[in-house]
Amino acid sequence: MTQAFRIENGGLINREKKISFKFNNKSYFGYEGDTLASALIANGVHLVGRSFKYHRPRGFFGAGVDEPYAVVQLYRNGETEPNIKATEQELFEGLEAKSVNCWPNVNFDIGAINNFLKIFLPAGFYYKTFMWPKSFWYKIYEPFIRKAAGLGVASTKHDNERYEHKYEYCDLLIAGSGPSGLAGAYAAAKNGARVILAEDKPRFGGSLLTSDVNIGNQSGKDWAEGIIAELKTMPNVVVKNRSQIFGYYDHNMLVMSEKVSDHLPATKKYHPNKRLWYIRAKEVLISSGSIERPIVFGNNDTPGVMLSSAAKEYLKVYGVLVGRKPLVFTNNDSGYETAIEFKKHGVDPVVLDTRKNPVSEIIDEAKNLGINIKNSYVVVAAQGYKKVKSADIASISEDKKQLGEIENLQCDCICVSGFWTPTIHLASQSGNKTKFKDEIDAFVPGVSKQNETSLGAANGVFTLDETLKTSFKAGSELSKKLTEKDNEIAIPNVVEKKSSQHDKFWCVPLPKGKNYKRFLDFQNDVAVSDVEIALREGYRSIEHVKRYTTLGMATDQGKTSNLNGLQLVSEIENKVVPAVGHTTFRPPYTPVSIGAIVGREVGKHSKPTRKSPMHEWHEKNNAVFVDAGVWLRPRYYKKGNENLFEASKREAKNVRTNVGVCDVTTLGKIDVKGPDAAELLNRVYTNAWLKLPVGKARYGVMLREDGIVMDDGTTTRISENHYHMTTTTAQAANVLSHLEYYLQLVWPELNVNVVSTTEQWAGAAIAGPKSRDLLQKLFPNSDVSNEGLPFMGYIEGDLFGVKARIFRISFSGELAYEVNVESDYGNFMWEKIIKVGEEFNIQPYGTEALSTLRIEMGHVAGSELDGRTIPYDNALEGLVSKKKDFIGKRSLQRSAFTAEDRQRIVGVVPLDKQTSIPEGSHLVKDDKAQLPNPKLGHISASCWSVEYNNPFSLAILKDGKNMIGQKLFAMSPLKNKVIPVEIVSSHYVDPKGERVRS
Amino acid sequence: MLYINCPHCGMRSQNEFSYGGDASVKRPQLNKEISDKDWDDFVYNRKSLRGKHLELWQHISGCRQWIKVERDTATHEIFRTFKADEEVA
Ligand SMILES: [Zn+2]
Repeated sequence: MTQAFRIENGGLINREKKISFKFNNKSYFGYEGDTLASALIANGVHLVGRSFKYHRPRGFFGAGVDEPYAVVQLYRNGETEPNIKATEQELFEGLEAKSVNCWPNVNFDIGAINNFLKIFLPAGFYYKTFMWPKSFWYKIYEPFIRKAAGLGVASTKHDNERYEHKYEYCDLLIAGSGPSGLAGAYAAAKNGARVILAEDKPRFGGSLLTSDVNIGNQSGKDWAEGIIAELKTMPNVVVKNRSQIFGYYDHNMLVMSEKVSDHLPATKKYHPNKRLWYIRAKEVLISSGSIERPIVFGNNDTPGVMLSSAAKEYLKVYGVLVGRKPLVFTNNDSGYETAIEFKKHGVDPVVLDTRKNPVSEIIDEAKNLGINIKNSYVVVAAQGYKKVKSADIASISEDKKQLGEIENLQCDCICVSGFWTPTIHLASQSGNKTKFKDEIDAFVPGVSKQNETSLGAANGVFTLDETLKTSFKAGSELSKKLTEKDNEIAIPNVVEKKSSQHDKFWCVPLPKGKNYKRFLDFQNDVAVSDVEIALREGYRSIEHVKRYTTLGMATDQGKTSNLNGLQLVSEIENKVVPAVGHTTFRPPYTPVSIGAIVGREVGKHSKPTRKSPMHEWHEKNNAVFVDAGVWLRPRYYKKGNENLFEASKREAKNVRTNVGVCDVTTLGKIDVKGPDAAELLNRVYTNAWLKLPVGKARYGVMLREDGIVMDDGTTTRISENHYHMTTTTAQAANVLSHLEYYLQLVWPELNVNVVSTTEQWAGAAIAGPKSRDLLQKLFPNSDVSNEGLPFMGYIEGDLFGVKARIFRISFSGELAYEVNVESDYGNFMWEKIIKVGEEFNIQPYGTEALSTLRIEMGHVAGSELDGRTIPYDNALEGLVSKKKDFIGKRSLQRSAFTAEDRQRIVGVVPLDKQTSIPEGSHLVKDDKAQLPNPKLGHISASCWSVEYNNPFSLAILKDGKNMIGQKLFAMSPLKNKVIPVEIVSSHYVDPKGERVRS
Repeated sequence: MLYINCPHCGMRSQNEFSYGGDASVKRPQLNKEISDKDWDDFVYNRKSLRGKHLELWQHISGCRQWIKVERDTATHEIFRTFKADEEVA
């Protein structure tokens, strides 16, 4: 088997290892070290897709990250990934890829009809065409745009790949392993600096892999290999290939995406697919090189038209000819380097040079090889639809305005070189004020804002000699500052051929009577005429022109198109390019998969899971768990075939009649200690705290400064200067920060310390009429009578040898206690309670029963304390002290908070005593009123009252105080329910609170 | 991601901290009459400055201390950091 476009020898691929792959369902083979692009070109495949707007045939334009055309859908190991650049994707056994943007297939594409209707799709076509009539939007325009705009299809399956994040610190981070990156890294490494060298391609060396130069009596490529080999042996150096630094953020934080497995048929076990590195670097060397820019001419998007540097790379790295009858179209010496490579491999190129009489060593070499060179010549238009067949060429006048006679030249590819554009993305992202460098018609980094230095081609330096000198120097001096070591390095001798001045020519004029499309942006089909329209219509700012025409957008972000776009605007506007300015460079430099950005924080790993010490017992006893913040709490304990409703009803009923036990470990706990602890509590809570005796608990409500309820809970005075505060599960962290804020910043004179003890204590709430009897059996030596341990009392006890804290507090409204032991004894405590409780028919209850019990008692919790309510709204105004000041008190005087018809908590019962009211339902006066129906309040919590055996809800209702007895409607459009209801007191059960004191 | 010099712990990444707003705001004294306007200014009204700004951060995943950070809100440059009780001159 031979490949039509693979040369016999040469290239850096491994010809010993054949790799088979499929493209558009057809089988091909390539070699280890190929990209999908090089393997396809070797097989003579040049048609790989359709363009975005006009669906014109698309081939390959580049050989790397700048590729605007060859974007494919990749299939690998049962997964699919969109928007993969064929020029970046390494070949692996079994690779499958498909074209995108074409239907029914790449050779016959119905969307190409747009090409003939292109008069309807000019600049701003989204904005103009799809506006009217409005009713067309959903049915016709949107689906059309979606289909047309989709470059690929994202998988809807769960992604089984693993992605990692890594944090790293270094002295010098070096972006790019071309000559400047290698020199900078080597010099810094020799000075003992911690160095990370990142290369986005699989092979290190950058331009040295393809250029014909010598460094210190070796070829550039051999020199690069030697440096990399030495760097790899140094303990202070990390060398990474397949790793793209894509973002430069604040304070010298850079982010790099490492492709760990993309080049393999499947990800190895325990390996990630990609690894995202967050790197904090003291200094950054940007050696990101440059990207060749095209010259604009007619039909310059035809497959077979590509960058001359790409043609050279395919030949030198992959041993692949992009054509056998190449035409090189150049305005500088780089085109000659490509032509010379063709000639050396027995292929005769024709060179069209826009310059009249350039003289240089490179051109001399081309002449000596007998290459056909035409000076002052241009390509007017490419001919051929799915592949270049010939080129219309012509001479051009010295002022570059007049074309000579059109001639037709047979060729099968056109390699274009319009000189080089430094890759300034990272520098610009860092805040560097870029400047325009006239000699190279491009922007280069200017004044640094962060600690970064651009080197070599990225800095507009295009000779190897100067690049190496400046890069060795930069690496050495920057590292010397950090390590205070200075190991001098001999800078090697460089042999390179000198270039002549390039020609500033970038766009071929249209010949008379022809209206060829001349594309600026190949990915988005933005032609010269589109930018002309945008400017004619009044768009001036380059940012507006970009968005109106889509120039420089999509996955390649205009890497090959931006500067020519600026040239065009500057010409029409009669401004110099720097006056037009460039659009903002934003991260990422190249697309990064969402999976890599998310990392390991997916599914169950998106947040930590916290479990109480009794978790295993709950699991063994058929608990069904619910997420409560980051905690897992038993929602109910399933018996037989019970569902949630039946189980929670049984559990709640058992609390009301016998005794139940509930795991309350998750409650936030804060130790408050110090001589001024009472004073702090007195300022933080709305009620009075100065006179709470030792051994007593008190319920408290705390506000934010704006008067809104922040949290509630009980706090117990354990000893003279020691209080045990509890918070809701959800607010535990915020309350601690809140206390620390006031202690550290507002009242530093208070001698108090606070610390979270949530994890130090396991808690069990024992509730129900038989709870005291149970408690007595658990603590036979303690006096737990109503006198010995009255409501809101606190004692310490001995639970079969384990020290326990016993609080007589109640969340369920029943006679109840809470027992705390050190976490390690949590399970011991729990098992004892269950065992001893057997004779009292104890049953564990979950959060669902707990909610039922608290709702029918009218106790407020998270869903009422929703960041919008004040104490009055929750019927907690009795706890608001009139005498003392506290956090947020002044805000309670605001007129809205004191309004007569202020919202307030009420109870809600359906008139039919059957229909449960969905939480979140709105309360309205008239269910038939015209929309928007004025909302009077909302249902905050719903349950099935076990006391009355009918549904019961709590609601926050406008003028709730005067609404008791009123009939309203609860409406839930989401659940499609309209329920006639009656408003009742929120204290539905035991309104006088006698049970807790019994 | 910002790199913040905690006066207690040293240079730490922003994701260890939580933001606490304008550090120049002084809470009115307790038990003191205050006009509606002054109270509103304390609770709600902030300048949202462009440029140098003294702000509060808490090192929540570190020493849990509230600190003051002098930062340029436009460029993110951090000039100085202070302990909670340190005078800012
Ligand atoms: Zn700290």
